[in-house]
Amino acid sequence: MSNIKKRLSAERRFKFYGQVGVFLSLLFVSLLIIKIFSTGSGAFFRTTIETDIFFDPELMNVDQNSSDKEISRASFEKLADGVIDFNFKNLSEDEFIKIREMYTRRFDYQLRDYFLKNKEVINNTVTLEISASSDLDQIVKGNYPRNVPESQRKINDYQLTILDELTSKEKIGSTFNFWFFTNGDSRDPETAGILGAIMGSLYALMICLVFSFPIGLFASVYLEEFTKPGKMTDLIEVNINNLAAVPSIVFGLLGLGMLIGVFNMPFQVPLVGGLTLGFMTLPTIIIACRSSLRAVPPSIRHGALALGATKVQTTFHHVVPLALPGTLTGTIIGMAQALGETAPLLMVGMVAFVMEIPGGPLDPATGLPSQIYLWSESAERGFIEKTSAGIMLLLLFLIVMNLAAILIRRKVEVKW
Amino acid sequence: MVNIISTKNVNVHYGDKQAINNISLDFMKNKVTALIGPSGCGKSTFLRCLNRMNDVIEICKVEGQIYMNDTDIYSNEIEVEHLREKIGMVFQKPNPFPKSIFDNVAYGPRIHGFTDKKNEMDEIVVTALKKAGLFEEVKDRLDDLGTSLSGGQQQRLCIARAIAVKPEVILMDEPCSALDPIATSIIEELITELKESYTIIIVTHSMQQAARVSDKTAFFHLGNLIEEGDTTKIFTKPDNQKTNDYITGRFG
Amino acid sequence: MQYLALLLLFAVSYGFFYFGKNRALKIKFSNNARLASLPDYYGYFLVLIVLLPSLLIWFFLLIYKPTFEEMYVMTPTLFPDLANWSDSKLGLILNKITNLSLIVNIPEVDLMKGQLSLLNMSSESEKIAAKNLASFDSIYGWSVVVVFILLPIIIGLLVSRLINQKLNVQPLVEKIIINIIRLSSIIAILITFGIFFSLIFEAIKFFQFVNFMDFFFNTSWNPNRAWVISSAETVDKEVLKDAFGWIPLLTGTLLVGSVAMFVALPLGLASAIYLAEYASPKVRDIAKPIIEILAGIPTVVYGFFAALTLAPMLKQFGDSVGINISAESALAAGLAMGVMIIPFVSSLSDDVIRSVPNPLREGSYALGATKSETIKKVILPAALPGVMGSFLLAISRAIGETMIVVMAASLRANLTFNPLEPATTITTQIVTALIGDVEFTNPKTLVAFALGLTLFVMTLILNVIAVVIVRKYREKYE
Repeated sequence: MSNIKKRLSAERRFKFYGQVGVFLSLLFVSLLIIKIFSTGSGAFFRTTIETDIFFDPELMNVDQNSSDKEISRASFEKLADGVIDFNFKNLSEDEFIKIREMYTRRFDYQLRDYFLKNKEVINNTVTLEISASSDLDQIVKGNYPRNVPESQRKINDYQLTILDELTSKEKIGSTFNFWFFTNGDSRDPETAGILGAIMGSLYALMICLVFSFPIGLFASVYLEEFTKPGKMTDLIEVNINNLAAVPSIVFGLLGLGMLIGVFNMPFQVPLVGGLTLGFMTLPTIIIACRSSLRAVPPSIRHGALALGATKVQTTFHHVVPLALPGTLTGTIIGMAQALGETAPLLMVGMVAFVMEIPGGPLDPATGLPSQIYLWSESAERGFIEKTSAGIMLLLLFLIVMNLAAILIRRKVEVKW
Repeated sequence: MVNIISTKNVNVHYGDKQAINNISLDFMKNKVTALIGPSGCGKSTFLRCLNRMNDVIEICKVEGQIYMNDTDIYSNEIEVEHLREKIGMVFQKPNPFPKSIFDNVAYGPRIHGFTDKKNEMDEIVVTALKKAGLFEEVKDRLDDLGTSLSGGQQQRLCIARAIAVKPEVILMDEPCSALDPIATSIIEELITELKESYTIIIVTHSMQQAARVSDKTAFFHLGNLIEEGDTTKIFTKPDNQKTNDYITGRFG
Repeated sequence: MQYLALLLLFAVSYGFFYFGKNRALKIKFSNNARLASLPDYYGYFLVLIVLLPSLLIWFFLLIYKPTFEEMYVMTPTLFPDLANWSDSKLGLILNKITNLSLIVNIPEVDLMKGQLSLLNMSSESEKIAAKNLASFDSIYGWSVVVVFILLPIIIGLLVSRLINQKLNVQPLVEKIIINIIRLSSIIAILITFGIFFSLIFEAIKFFQFVNFMDFFFNTSWNPNRAWVISSAETVDKEVLKDAFGWIPLLTGTLLVGSVAMFVALPLGLASAIYLAEYASPKVRDIAKPIIEILAGIPTVVYGFFAALTLAPMLKQFGDSVGINISAESALAAGLAMGVMIIPFVSSLSDDVIRSVPNPLREGSYALGATKSETIKKVILPAALPGVMGSFLLAISRAIGETMIVVMAASLRANLTFNPLEPATTITTQIVTALIGDVEFTNPKTLVAFALGLTLFVMTLILNVIAVVIVRKYREKYE
């Protein structure tokens, strides 16, 4: 009897191990997601300082009669300095610099943009929400500890007192950070945006799709419909399966060595990044396309052939349209993989600091994952939340793509 | 009577395996010929030689002569697509395309360029459906999927699809084996109507069906043609003992 | 401009489809006879004839535009000492000229401060080059447009005269289509060759600087020593003797990989067993996709998690119990990688376990064995080859994984088997070698390809073994 008891408790223990395995795996997923969301959500808001601004014509090189072009080329730095003198009276030089540091470095740009839209404000005073510097932003959000010695803080004691003063006057506010979605990269965390990286990834994915979908589909059609089974087909089969398991960084080396090294294509551009991702996605797409071509029953082919259709007509009138939903699902999943890949982008140089938003696949750009990598390597504290926010966007795109694939599979795919 | 298809010394190999042994058989115009025999006897393989559907199978090799209206259908000058326009085929399992009923029937005429005018195409489709005895049942839903029809209707759609190309010969490979008895009897009736305008060669495993619909019968066994002749003769007093054994149900 | 031209090209081809089709129809009706091919095929015929040459030309123009630009702009008449410039200097000057070309034709009064200073910093010959570049760009743009519209129209009109009643274009069109799709499948194969040859060629260049034996058997890795190198002829291989020793990278890779497998194997296998044998269908349907999410998360996310959360956590934990855990320890990277690999192990093993035939299970239950005894004594031994295959695939994943180690592991080579110490990996060093200046003449860059080759061969061998094992196993039960 005791033997049975022992065996049964062994049974319970074994089942428990299994449950622990599942539980820990699930725990990791939730931990990761929670961590990313809790650090990243801050990036969507930006701390502002309510500031009175007197548009003093003497400090500006332009007036309300100036053309837009002149205004956008004029410097507003003097006005920005004047604004600080105007809001904080009787500052010493040192104090002035410290307060200027509390505002974003792009203070003057913000003033200029406002003036461009509201030229009538000249000689008037308006109250604007001016963006704070990233360090101040981090202190306000509580990401920097306040109760440490001054030497370990980015914000010094004087700035803290000013901050507290402003807070008590309810001048510290928070606004939705549109810049994150409309700007390119920047050295200053508060103005750094993700749009450049999104466009870079978009162009790269477009190139990737244009390369890998037709070639993948055509190659699968050729392999499934036009070749005889034999040594050659086996070889291609093994080849493609192996290609699917090659590490992505090796594809990056292919892009670098072949496209840039041999074909002399430019560095850093989505064209090369996209082609490299395309090489990587091709086996995935071919495998998906072949299995959905194979799922089309032979009786359809025979029916068309018996009516006197040629092989090409049979294939393109009947087989390919029927396999299309399956191939689309496979392609979307392949694209999602390509979107998340970082290493190939690193290899072909799509990790540089690029401020401009790329206008096409031949402009220098970063990709979404490589921008995340770049920000994560950055020393500034303000970039940590940017990194997490970037990851949130990346995950969002991936979820949307995978959902689309699932929906297509459910709705359109022909069941045999 | 005129022979529309005649075959001489046909041998078929699947790789190393011989499936058809030296068969010579002629088919008369506007008659129904039934090919009967136990499963695996090569009757379907032989049928597929007649419209070169065996070309699809890589390892299949066909030897011998097959003439249609005195032209060698395996000669290099014959385009297989053109041949299949002349010889239609209906398969064991109904295989309509997952397209509308109209498009199913119109597909053949379209690829062979019968007409470029919409009203002419409508006429071709309606005629074919009428001939296949399906028109009355589907005239209000020509845009429905062909695959949404019942099994028997699907098979008649496939017959209409074959007829629409205006073939001279229609090959039927056990067209009723996947159908229920009522659908089967409708198709059998249809076959007797169709022989007015077409030559029909039907493979069947049902001796009753062969007896009901065919004028001529050929009995196959293990890749050999054992006996052929008028259906009444084959079923009443066959010359060969094996034929007799088969139709009396001793094996098969 | 180019994209507009491309769009126009497609519009022109589309027009030619109807042009060809209508021409064929007109012939048909005027002669009142059947055409050799369907009218549509005359349309397809013209489209292919018009589209293919222009697309090919466009592709080459697109790829070689920078080369043409350089040839046009960097002439020895403007820059007499051009031949002596290094690649990086050439790149810098070209970049400057490109920026300059955007502003060189704007009157000076309209320039912004930064643009003005760029203009003032530039030499006269650079300004001329920039002007040349600007004119080249507009000439190039227009020539593309002209070639794309005029060329196809001329070809199309000429070829369309060939259309007559007897011309059977269908076989030709089908032949072209078959060849296009054949070409596609050849491209798929060429990628493998491309990988192999681009790795081999650059690796051979690398081994002109470094001894083969030094690379594979030396234990010290200091690639920065290669900065002194400029060309292969002048190199004394002894200088680089201790610069590129592969061994510490290999041990680092294996160390991180082992930590990862130490996490992924038990967790993955336990989850697989639980989900395959114990869990109700409902739990399975929910838990399985969630675990598979782990495989869909980009690796850069794991890297960030490992570097930002895991590593400091481990260090803190180490400090609190008095062990020194490095901030760039193999442990942190390995743990994150292990989590990433769990779904590979679990879903592959799950498939394998579920494919063990039921009679085996029932036989064991009929003898009075408990579920766990059945799993341990019957199912796992039967599924072992398949499970082994999935482990090998997971190991190959771990070895080739890049971003996690780049972000969380160390850059410094360290010959150690202690997971608490920092370690570097092959993939990390490939990335390090290629970030910054890429010079295909310096062993510091070229080593990436030699490393890539070792990585490619290692993962290939693992995959082949895994596939063979899994296939053998499948044959046994199918």
